[in-house]
Amino acid sequence: MNLRQKLRIATFSTAIMAFAATGGSALAQKKYDTGASDTEIKIGNIMPYSGPASAYGIIGKTEAAYFQMINEQGGINGRKVNFITYDDAYSPPKAVEHTRKLVESDEVLLVFNPLGTPSNTAIQKYLNAKKVPQLFVATGAAKWNDPKHFPWTMGWQPNYQDEARIYAKYLLKEKPDAKVAVLYQNDDFGKDYVKGFKEGLGDKAKSMIVIEESYEISEPTIDSHIVKIKASGADTLMDFTTPKFAAQTIKKHGELNWKPLHTVTHVSVSVGAVMKPAGFEHGQGVLSAAYLKDGADPQWNDDPGMKKWIAFVDKYMAGSNKADSGLVFGYGVAQTLHKVLEMAGDNLTRENVMKQAASLKDFQTDVALPGIKINTSATDFAPFQQVRMMRFKGEKWELFGDIISSDGH
Amino acid sequence: MSTIQETTAETQAATVDAPPKKAMGLGRTASWVMLIILLALPLFVRNFVIFQMTMLLIYGIAVLALNILTGGSGQFSLGQSAFYAIGAYTAAILIEHGGVNYVLTLPAAGIVCFIVGFLFGLPALRLSGIYLALATFALAVAMPQLLKLGVIEHWTGGVQGLVVTKPDAPFGLPVSQDMWLYYFTLVVSLAIYLASVNLLRSRSGRAMMAIRDNEIAASAMGIDLSIYKTLAFGVSAGITGVAGALGAIAVQFVAPDSYTFQLAIALFLGMVVGGVGWLPGSLAGAAFIVFVPNIAEGISKGLSGAFFGVLLFVVIYLVPHGARQGAIYAETLFNKLRRS
Repeated sequence: MNLRQKLRIATFSTAIMAFAATGGSALAQKKYDTGASDTEIKIGNIMPYSGPASAYGIIGKTEAAYFQMINEQGGINGRKVNFITYDDAYSPPKAVEHTRKLVESDEVLLVFNPLGTPSNTAIQKYLNAKKVPQLFVATGAAKWNDPKHFPWTMGWQPNYQDEARIYAKYLLKEKPDAKVAVLYQNDDFGKDYVKGFKEGLGDKAKSMIVIEESYEISEPTIDSHIVKIKASGADTLMDFTTPKFAAQTIKKHGELNWKPLHTVTHVSVSVGAVMKPAGFEHGQGVLSAAYLKDGADPQWNDDPGMKKWIAFVDKYMAGSNKADSGLVFGYGVAQTLHKVLEMAGDNLTRENVMKQAASLKDFQTDVALPGIKINTSATDFAPFQQVRMMRFKGEKWELFGDIISSDGH
Repeated sequence: MSTIQETTAETQAATVDAPPKKAMGLGRTASWVMLIILLALPLFVRNFVIFQMTMLLIYGIAVLALNILTGGSGQFSLGQSAFYAIGAYTAAILIEHGGVNYVLTLPAAGIVCFIVGFLFGLPALRLSGIYLALATFALAVAMPQLLKLGVIEHWTGGVQGLVVTKPDAPFGLPVSQDMWLYYFTLVVSLAIYLASVNLLRSRSGRAMMAIRDNEIAASAMGIDLSIYKTLAFGVSAGITGVAGALGAIAVQFVAPDSYTFQLAIALFLGMVVGGVGWLPGSLAGAAFIVFVPNIAEGISKGLSGAFFGVLLFVVIYLVPHGARQGAIYAETLFNKLRRS
């Protein structure tokens, strides 16, 4: 045994004695799991920077930029954030490989905002078995709110099924004799909406829905589906599609001079990426719901939260398109994690991080709509559960009605 | 070790470069060295690296299957991802719905895929060369959507996929799940590798290679073209299915998004990089498709695809015959050193 080893053992045993002597009270203030220390917090992330969903890559870049900003401002409770992000190309096997790398090789404290339902499903069991937080996943599937079976997994955005239920309730109230056409993307995203919508309509689903039409995300255009839907005689269109297809749908029914009551999902409300390409004249009266502000919407120019966001984008994401909703999403979710880590203080164990994430009370991010707050509890792992309905008018969305919670209150 | 050197002098065949049948394998010394590395390495690395090595072996098997088809019988397939998917789903459904032991799902996946491959091969093999490649490509493109079909959703889990339970080491062996799965995969890979080498050295293998070299001459010699071509297709599909089943167990999850045509392209790429027709090169090819995307991503996040392209270009430019060429070079160098 050389001197160095002896010294190390001596230090170690002294530390243990000190710990025993103080009854743990002195050390209780600072507790760390793998990935956290006095100077650093390591956060892992998986994003599709390449492949079919690469448009979402901007979210990862925004989050990296956000933590760079936080680090330049002195970090979180004096600790710098080390944000490690990998590209899974939207492939579940790659997501598993990278997640294992994050946990076992990079030794991160938690995995934050991995994107996509398939990738998150693939890593959920592993992370829960390892007791590593899978925080604020970037998917709106309903299954992430399951603290009983998966106490280490938490969602963030409002889930698709709840949102669809809100539309169904609106329809039952405002237009109970509607002849509804449902257009959806043939994947987990579209099917979740259809499920929630039908549940929302309840017994009336059979009589109200006159046509259900699905398309594949790989189709270049969905014009033919719209023509078919119009021919069905429907007067209401539930448009459960992603941005590109929502824009096509709005444009096409405008061109066909067909004027159904048209609802698009909160995913497809970007003024810059959906409404403008579709043509403002075609988009008048389109309904949707939102929980975040739109970066390209001038009505928020004087909003204090959005002012901070604009300053952030100008400085750390210079040159990017403010109309890209990924910039708003990435900022909002990163700010939520920032808040959780701040609340965790010096007790940066994985358990405490989950505990803090599950005790967010009326937290409002800079980018959420006024009045829409994040609330979580030990039995409620769904941070956003409120949305507001809105209608497109002129060149922007106009909010109407009250804040609606997903459970209908 | 002169067998490998022979290949340097050989002339090029029309569609596929044709190594003599002896060169299908690896030299004796090299084989032992490789085996020892594969056996010993997991003892010194983290579980995560063991997992990566397991994936390496699994993709290696899939590339090898394609190699039998293309290098052995001269047919192209861009549809291997479809067979990989069928194998993976067979295993996942048997384990999760049927409660079948994971070991038994491998032969099941192999048989199912052999049958599917054989049946698909019957009509498709009337096409040749690039037309066959396109027909199989259609299969690869269709597969993810077929897996989402509502009719079979009860079994496949639809778009949500299926989560597979990872097996523990049997008999209470004190090794981690990852290490057990690695050695299990290694044994399966070795068995498939040896069987494949022997297949190509057998009468059937000679018939396949005769078809590859010259179809007219082969049929003149009395070889039943359609039977042997279909057989090669079936065997290749079956082995790919076993790889898919292993992949499902290792990743613990199957979903349509895991088996897009990009996987088919990746396997094709692995075969070319490993050296068409050289079975040991499959492992090198698999290493390329597992690790090079990570390297490319390390260089630049936004331009990972471009850097992957550049790296691929460098490989094809410097070693157009893939890893086989590298192996021959190493062999010559080794012999030179020994003599001096």
